[in-house]
Amino acid sequence: MAGYISIRNLSFSYKDDQKEQQALKNINLEIEKGSFVAVLGHNGSGKSTLAKLLSAILVPDEGEIVVGGLKVSDPELSEEDLLELHRRVGMVFQNPDNQLVATVVEEDVAFGPENLGIEPKEIRRRVDEALALMGISEYARHAPSKLSGGQKQRVAIAGLMAMLPECMIFDEATAMLDPSGRKEVMATVLKLNKELGITVLHITHNMEEAAMADRVVVIDDGQVLLDGTPEQVFSKVQTLQAVGLDVMQCTELLHELACCGLPFPEGVIDEEQCARLIYEYYMKTVKDKK
Amino acid sequence: MLKDITLGQYFPGNSLLHRLDPRIKLLATVLLIVIIFLAKNMAGYGVMILLTVFLVALSRIPVKTILKSIKPLIFVVLLTVAMNIFFTGGENVVLDQKIWIIHLRLTAEGILNGVKMALRILLLIVDTGVILTYTTSPIDLTDGIERLLSPLGKIGVPVHSFAMMMSLALRFVPTLIEETDKIIAAQKSRGADFSSGNVISRVKALIPVLIPLLISSFRRADELALAMECRCYHGGKGRTKMKELKLQAKDVAFLLVLALFLAVAFLPGIPCSVFGINTMNFVF
Repeated sequence: MAGYISIRNLSFSYKDDQKEQQALKNINLEIEKGSFVAVLGHNGSGKSTLAKLLSAILVPDEGEIVVGGLKVSDPELSEEDLLELHRRVGMVFQNPDNQLVATVVEEDVAFGPENLGIEPKEIRRRVDEALALMGISEYARHAPSKLSGGQKQRVAIAGLMAMLPECMIFDEATAMLDPSGRKEVMATVLKLNKELGITVLHITHNMEEAAMADRVVVIDDGQVLLDGTPEQVFSKVQTLQAVGLDVMQCTELLHELACCGLPFPEGVIDEEQCARLIYEYYMKTVKDKK
Repeated sequence: MLKDITLGQYFPGNSLLHRLDPRIKLLATVLLIVIIFLAKNMAGYGVMILLTVFLVALSRIPVKTILKSIKPLIFVVLLTVAMNIFFTGGENVVLDQKIWIIHLRLTAEGILNGVKMALRILLLIVDTGVILTYTTSPIDLTDGIERLLSPLGKIGVPVHSFAMMMSLALRFVPTLIEETDKIIAAQKSRGADFSSGNVISRVKALIPVLIPLLISSFRRADELALAMECRCYHGGKGRTKMKELKLQAKDVAFLLVLALFLAVAFLPGIPCSVFGINTMNFVF
């Protein structure tokens, strides 16, 4: 069975007058409905291009993208289908300031439903619901410019939730936030996925965030390099480091210890588990010596 | 330092003027401007002053705030008064004297004209402030303009796009001010000097601030357009509004009251008899 998002033989290149730069090469991906997939890659790996192709902002050179039954890669996608796609698939961008359109938070959240031509009463209901869901009801009448980065991103997410989407794509949505804003947004992302069953595609270069996903896809040089559960992907420390991705400290520590011949597993993504493994090993060696 | 600037002077509140329909307030402002310019005699001005005091009381905006808004315009008012006093001819000479090479000739008509002009300007500032800028949020204002001008859409004027542009511009004022602050700080840390030298060198010093600001604005515009498209924006066609504007009894009543004042000011004979100040018309 095909997944909610299905990408087949996708290739795309940016064309300039003189040169052509290949951004994605022959990508094949199936993303199940309701899953939480992290797309990892360093700058220029093509991961943001993938997001733009998924929301029909760019049209692929080759291959096919189908999202929820809509053939997104079709260059002659009708306007109704395009609107339906954007309603179903919400995009959250990197800069929180550049995606808010209104001077009042609740007006901004209402922007999407207003564009869809929904009844005023229903818009009001959806806006209140989305604000409550994001925990920002108390800021409903505030100006977005007075909010913190994390709060702004939550306003942006609320604006998309008011359109009742099925899938959300976060395109480096946490890259410009401070650590507390990042935590705020990641908690929201998990809530959307686990409680509301929304399919989440989280594009990032942050390992801790990728480790929260059900599945991690590593893209390098426009190709899928690794694909699997966080444990599977992060056990390939050398492969990741070769493409300029740093693994988490706990993963790296156990990897280095394992390389020295000590019996530690690869792909540990939990600091506490890491600490426990080391502690158990230490206790065992102490006991053996006695 | 730039953070203190606020565009528009919206003063949040819940008075009757705050709650009026923005369309009505826009119409009322136009009407008031007409009334103020049509007022012929002192009685007319008296009526207008009364109306203004009434409006200020209705808006519940502190008098101090209103006086503050007049302050930057004092110079313009004084200049107008001086121009009128010295350049209006007339019969009733009050002062006719030659001081050094300046020939001073003040007439009663000139002084009266000066006072009238000053009153006119002050009334204009206070009235438009109280009705429009202080009591209407920018978003209501653009909404009102869009609805009022919507008939023009039928003859091909892009009213919706215009209103959208205006509200986006308002939205980005604080963001761009913040950015300007950041760029100024960045340039200062590289040794840029904004506070010494003559006017020309100071203006030149602003170039390294304005160019990055311009470039980043274009980038923002690009990203914003993308985000709007992803939020299903496709122009004004088939768009609804969460907050619909509906005319209420109080809106109509407010406009009727103002229309009454217009009638009073427009018919020069009426004010004297209605307000019993016959002598005013005669004296001036």
